[in-house]
Amino acid sequence: MRFFDRFGKWIIRFLTEMGAMALLFYNAFIYIFRPPYRLRNLSKQMESVGVGSIPVVLITATFTGMVLALQGYTGFKRFNAEGLVGTVVALSMTRELGPVLTGLIVAGRAGAAMAAELGTMKVTEQVDALATLAVNPIQYLVTPRFIAGIVMLPLLTVFSDFIGIAGGYLISVNLLGANAGAYLQRTTQYLEMEDIFGGLLKAAVFGGIIAGVSCYKGFQADGGAEGVGRATTGAVVVSEMLILISNYFVTAFLRS
Amino acid sequence: MIELRNVYKSFNSHHVLRGVNLKIEAGEGVVVIGGSGTGKSVILKHVIGLIRPDKGEVIIDGQNLADLSEGELSHFRKRFGMLFQGAALFDSLSVWENIGFVLKEHSRLPKEAIMEIVKAKLAMVGLRGIEDKMPADLSGGMKKRVGLARAIAMNPKIILYDEPTTGLDPIMSDVINNLIAQMNQNLSVTSLTITHDMKSAYKIANKIAMLYHGEILEVGTPTQIQNSKNPVIQQFINGSSEGPIRVD
Repeated sequence: MRFFDRFGKWIIRFLTEMGAMALLFYNAFIYIFRPPYRLRNLSKQMESVGVGSIPVVLITATFTGMVLALQGYTGFKRFNAEGLVGTVVALSMTRELGPVLTGLIVAGRAGAAMAAELGTMKVTEQVDALATLAVNPIQYLVTPRFIAGIVMLPLLTVFSDFIGIAGGYLISVNLLGANAGAYLQRTTQYLEMEDIFGGLLKAAVFGGIIAGVSCYKGFQADGGAEGVGRATTGAVVVSEMLILISNYFVTAFLRS
Repeated sequence: MIELRNVYKSFNSHHVLRGVNLKIEAGEGVVVIGGSGTGKSVILKHVIGLIRPDKGEVIIDGQNLADLSEGELSHFRKRFGMLFQGAALFDSLSVWENIGFVLKEHSRLPKEAIMEIVKAKLAMVGLRGIEDKMPADLSGGMKKRVGLARAIAMNPKIILYDEPTTGLDPIMSDVINNLIAQMNQNLSVTSLTITHDMKSAYKIANKIAMLYHGEILEVGTPTQIQNSKNPVIQQFINGSSEGPIRVD
């Protein structure tokens, strides 16, 4: 009996949380189209999510491209298909690794920062202060972060794709002795716009998830520093889980 | 005028307010006293619409807050100013941006005019030359005063003070009390203050209301409260551990 009681409570709490999160997503989206448009606030968030993430994306994408080339070469060499390494690196980066790795990195970096900042604002009553000054906290705090996530994730992914392919080229041509012209030709030969745009659509979805979940968790923070810590951890874990789960569904949607 | 009619509020199974009735006439300064965790701040948050009652009505200047949509309520809040317990200054904004925030959001004044108002409000709370400082660079007392300057930036008709002297040394507490008393008198605002600092309550109140077990136990002038026969009130205002109020 106690099991059913606990399970029931867990289900109710889960559904309540999902509903509250969906409501926050909805409101953040609706406020995109309602004035006032705080461009300074928006550009600050874009800089924080986008420009601030460039160094980590650069390092991750470079080494991912490099390791893909090494592993691809090892595998393809077994059936004399080393020439396909460029194609595999390009397709892997644009369709999957570029958006997913960028999403996971931004969730860990910018998502954690969003949850910690909003969580601190919540526990120090700055969110309430905004409301008492007749400013809607969702419009002022969440909407700019939501837009920044949706816009900057695809841009970071383009950067990540390019850097990853460059990393693969570097290893293939300089270390594994591939012909530079042939490698580049194989890189572009089978790469279609659909591959790139599919990856960018995923990135936009991930950007929305990161911003929405992180802001929600920040707004739920209570109980001082410990609460902010819990909100930050929760934001990263839930964002990353949702990125991996939604990745499958977006991929399935794009295939259909 | 502020009126709370039979307001009930619970959080989970914890009944915080159990039928609060309180009336504050225009231009009056009422202080609600009561122990920590008894729901004083919850009353304040009901008045400004940050919390909606489970039952009962909150009426401000004849308007029932329950009848307002979220957008209308936000607009309605322009007539309020609120000083938070920890000042709640926006820590990513400088002092002048904090005080001028509401003017920038709700008026079309140019930056120079906003800066002039900010300086005037800062002067009213006894501060000068700190416009460009960040909240992290200010002491607790300065933060409270900047918070007060922000609360009065739009010349509100109603000012709410949440524990204005908590965390301050006695001298700074007196400075803040004097400021609030002056503010109430000079700006002829309606004010509601939440505190458990009796010295502060006597200094700034026209009337004092005691909150106990989720209800307003008694309302009266500072003298009436001091002379109250109620043992709960006597124990509280004398700060005694002996009496009907149990400390768990």
